[in-house]
Amino acid sequence: MATPGVEELLARAEQEEALSLRQITVHKELDLEYDLGNLLAMDPNPPEASEFRRHGGDYLRALARGNTQLLINQLWQVPSERVEETVVVRLPEANLRLPREKPPPRARPPTRWEQFAKLKGIRKRKKSNIAWDEAQGEWRRRWGYKRANDPTKKWLIEVPATADPNEDQFAKLLQAKKERVAKNELQRLRNIARSQGREPPAPVPPPGAPRSRAQLGKELQVTRRSTASVGRFQALLPREKEPRGVGKKRRFQPLLGDMAAEKQRQLELLGALNRKEPRLDVTRAANKQLREDEQEAARSKKRRGAGRAGTGKKGKGPGGARAGKKGKGPGGIRAGKKGKGRTGKRNKQEH
Amino acid sequence: MAALERVLKPKTKRSKRFLEKREPKLVENVKNAMLLKGGNANCTVTQALKDIYALKKPYAVLYKKKNITRPFEDQTSLEFFAKKSDCSLFIFGSHNKKRPNNLVLGRMFDYHVLDMIELGVENFVSLNDIKNSKCPEGTKPMLIFAGDAFESSEDYKRLKSLFIDFFRGPAVPCVRLAGLEHVLHFTALNGKIFMRSYKVLLKKSGCRTPRIELEEMGPSLDFTVRRTHLASDDLYKLSLKQPKTLKQKKKKNISQDTFGTTYGRIHMQKQDLGKLQTRKVKGLKKRPAMDGPESSSKKPRHV
Repeated sequence: MATPGVEELLARAEQEEALSLRQITVHKELDLEYDLGNLLAMDPNPPEASEFRRHGGDYLRALARGNTQLLINQLWQVPSERVEETVVVRLPEANLRLPREKPPPRARPPTRWEQFAKLKGIRKRKKSNIAWDEAQGEWRRRWGYKRANDPTKKWLIEVPATADPNEDQFAKLLQAKKERVAKNELQRLRNIARSQGREPPAPVPPPGAPRSRAQLGKELQVTRRSTASVGRFQALLPREKEPRGVGKKRRFQPLLGDMAAEKQRQLELLGALNRKEPRLDVTRAANKQLREDEQEAARSKKRRGAGRAGTGKKGKGPGGARAGKKGKGPGGIRAGKKGKGRTGKRNKQEH
Repeated sequence: MAALERVLKPKTKRSKRFLEKREPKLVENVKNAMLLKGGNANCTVTQALKDIYALKKPYAVLYKKKNITRPFEDQTSLEFFAKKSDCSLFIFGSHNKKRPNNLVLGRMFDYHVLDMIELGVENFVSLNDIKNSKCPEGTKPMLIFAGDAFESSEDYKRLKSLFIDFFRGPAVPCVRLAGLEHVLHFTALNGKIFMRSYKVLLKKSGCRTPRIELEEMGPSLDFTVRRTHLASDDLYKLSLKQPKTLKQKKKKNISQDTFGTTYGRIHMQKQDLGKLQTRKVKGLKKRPAMDGPESSSKKPRHV
């Protein structure tokens, strides 16, 4: 058997290579789009409907095989590395952008303390987690269970000289702690309200703080109505006035029950309708009378004043005098007045 | 809502951790899917949901009981379930005379329905019907979309995005080459979408890249698109918005050519040529201006 020549060997190798290349190449009209970060490929070529009709599922599988081969070819091009006996490829960043699950997190708005601290330039200092406990003679945690220098674990508290000797100093400590916690919670909620864009309500003044008269009146009014019967049976305080601006509710007669009162009312109504002469409204009549009297008095006063002197018409120029003349043209008595008016005018000129 | 903005404080560390896990994050977790059944779900729909669950597992929740709800009429109960199980993808399966073998595929943004597409299942072959070896649970699939319809039609485009969102699994920096075992192939043809799931067999080809053979694994579904509920453009845009800190800042004045050589552009101030150092010659030496005329006046006398 003759050994094959070099050319022959090379030709065979070339052939083999071509064959193997043929195994992994797929022909497509339009190139596929790849997104290797998502292991994704997009084939824009329209699938052949006639082929599908003829072969059905086999056609789909052939199509899938071609596309997968192309995607795999791309993936094998990516530089690979060895990690723990396996070959891995580092995938590039995904191109395709998909919607997020939740909106990106917002930065928390600063609390009131943080604002203040920034304004004043106060910086946070880190305290160590453990502290020296003098009484126990050991290092302990600064906070929480079995903390160092625990003020609540004191067995003896000195009563201050100014304090009431019967006051429980231990209870006082506990109470103070509770109040601090409650205050902190309140501040937290107020900070949340502020971050939501709602201004927190004004703080309630502590009991015993001075209040204005109007404020007190308002408080009284509110407390008066804060009973189970909405203040219906609350007696007025001595020298207290009814609050203004509080409307009265209409009260209707009961629909059933008081027959006698109802009969009376109906009869009154009928009597009023039946009467021949008009009904006399006393207040209206009195008012009418009063007005007439006043008018009469005013008229007579005017008449008398004009007769006495023109002094009443102070500062009126010649126009005024003329007007007087014009108006009081007819009538003998008035003619006399006319002359007087003239004298008045002259007097004025003398002045 | 951020941790400090919560009005009700968690009482234990554990519940605090639980709530923190659900908060919006800069880099998001893998989207979880919930698979629900309607009031009347037939065998096909139930089995389809089970198979999709098998593909999607550990990132899915399969609801076992019936939930009488209609996603296209009232989305509140879906949103409630999404909040409860912290899932932003869902498939709702139902069956009735008007819409037989119905699957509603959708996704949520901020616990509200963003996109929803109703698909009718025309043909269904289950994972169990095909007696073949399956790929292991939690394999990241390769996704392939074939057909021009996925690029031309607006509904199909969104459906493609929805399928990718649903099946892509966790975003990973690197992948084991031998572990690429699963392909999901979507073909848009004759107004239908054929979803096929294949197991990949890597064969020797004689060169470095292997030759691929496919083996049908199931489930395979033929879909027709029925009703759609797509997000408005501005809402969709809002959901795509990336946080500022995640965006990479563009480095200025650095470029690369085709050979991978990096070039930098440097900006310099204008050079002051007056101070340029040239060759030192005695004759060019600067002398004080006062000396010049005096010496020249003296020189002739000397000669």
